[in-house]
Amino acid sequence: MRRYVLRRVAAFVATLFAVSLLVFVVVRVLPGDPALLIMGTQGSPEATARLRHAMGLDRPLLVQYVDWLGRALRGDLGVSIQYDLPVSRLIVSRLPVTLPLALLAALFMTLTALPFGLYAATRRGRAGDYLTMIVSQLGIAVPSFWSGLLLILLFSVRLGWVPSGGFEGWSQGLGPALQSLLLPALALGFFQAAVLIRATRSAVLEVLGEDYVRTARAKGLSERRVIGRHTFRNAMIPVLTVTGVQLGQLIAGSIVLESVFALPGLGRLALGAIAARDLPVVQGVTLFMASAIIAINFVVDLAYTFLDPRIRYE
Amino acid sequence: MSRLSRRALHHATFALGAAITTLLVLTAAASFVWTPTDPLAMSIAARLEGPSAAHPFGTDQFGRDILARVIAGTHTSIAVGVIAVGIGAVVGVLIGILSGYVGGWLDEALMRLIDAIQGFPAILSALLFSAVFTPGIAISMVAIGIAFVPIFARLTRGSFLELRDREFVLAAQALGASAPRVVTCHVLPNTLPPLIIQATTSFPVAVLAEAALAYLGLGTQPPYPSWGLMLKDAQNFLSMSPWFALFPGGAIALTVLGLNLLGDGLRDLLDPKTT
Repeated sequence: MRRYVLRRVAAFVATLFAVSLLVFVVVRVLPGDPALLIMGTQGSPEATARLRHAMGLDRPLLVQYVDWLGRALRGDLGVSIQYDLPVSRLIVSRLPVTLPLALLAALFMTLTALPFGLYAATRRGRAGDYLTMIVSQLGIAVPSFWSGLLLILLFSVRLGWVPSGGFEGWSQGLGPALQSLLLPALALGFFQAAVLIRATRSAVLEVLGEDYVRTARAKGLSERRVIGRHTFRNAMIPVLTVTGVQLGQLIAGSIVLESVFALPGLGRLALGAIAARDLPVVQGVTLFMASAIIAINFVVDLAYTFLDPRIRYE
Repeated sequence: MSRLSRRALHHATFALGAAITTLLVLTAAASFVWTPTDPLAMSIAARLEGPSAAHPFGTDQFGRDILARVIAGTHTSIAVGVIAVGIGAVVGVLIGILSGYVGGWLDEALMRLIDAIQGFPAILSALLFSAVFTPGIAISMVAIGIAFVPIFARLTRGSFLELRDREFVLAAQALGASAPRVVTCHVLPNTLPPLIIQATTSFPVAVLAEAALAYLGLGTQPPYPSWGLMLKDAQNFLSMSPWFALFPGGAIALTVLGLNLLGDGLRDLLDPKTT
């Protein structure tokens, strides 16, 4: 067990290392000269050379990488060209928007997907099952940014219940902040829920066909107990894997929804940085988000080994 | 008629998916030579009009016909989808072959690379690429393609590990077949069915991603017609002309729905376990 966990941890660290290498190659190696990229055509050769030296771009690539990685590990992701502030501070300042948005969406996703998936599986082949499957098929087809626009159209433009975008910050109180996050989290969560509903349904159906479920029924257990104790808990193991993947998608999806609802989160930070050619910010945000996704997968992987005794001593 | 094609016709999901997809492909093909009106023709007098006989889907902020633009957007979606899935499949299968056939430290290193790529959904890679290259349709294709690499690599690697020690592979090796020959003539053909199903299910995901990237300004750029770009424009006029946002979004949803149904149906029909 300990050996297995240690091996997973080692793989996790190696993967993070590979993530950093990928980001470094795209930002520092592929463009040839990042200094020229940042300065554009306006910069004088002297200014470009100064920037190149200030960013340490005149050193060998390997030295640059080791230096960059070493700093990143200590939380130093460089300084934003646009804001003249440490990138890590910018990232931290945007987290109070992106993190609650993703968490709220994850909450909507699981609270919708698990009950409906379970419901569809227990009504297999009946009207409720078909209806759930049709709705989830539509849910997968509707892009989250379009459902976001439609929600704005209905609840902001027509009904005027919630703001159509923007975020006043948590200092204005819990209510207004949650109100600004409600529609984007709904659009994001329900879109991802559609995938999870289908995964939950097929996982539950799989377990319902197992011998131990038949035994439980033969013992005369109530259907409630058969589903609650014997089916749902075992079906959760594959569902957890899909949930992990979906959580990663939620983080990526938050970039789109922040754009639809004009929320000042990490995604908007990165998009603004692209327009301003603020390479350190783009580099920092993508490194941060990719690492977060890898970390989620790692945690799900570990949780999996604790939940499923069969793979502990692999 | 063969048994499979007869079953395919009776399979409601597959039939509906195939019908929508056929309509889509025909529309895309037709859009190269014909659209109801010129999708680029502007008209100051007819800006942001609602649906009418002359403009069934209304007009955009430059008075361009939205129906014509939705139709013209079809081939962007399909082209990006096909190329992105192609990139993901080719790169993924190559990595999977190397990993599964060679094994050892190379397998370990490639798998860590695949794990790392999994941390980059299409939007994140597009962000990175857009920072160093000019945003455009090529970035969409590559970024979406990269996001598909892990799944194709894992599928191929899995099949290779399974097939590597089977008798027909060992027999081919014993007869003196070279490694490339064993891979291309004996192992690869046996891994094709799951890869084909994966390609089909990846396609609608690519269509969604293309629209999202175009919406964010990271993918397809004007004057290329793209549904995502149209939605980006439509957002500015949401209160004045809601139908502007309705039709391009509807086109995306219908496309993805059709492709998903087709993929689901195909999986049911091809998967021997469900027959």
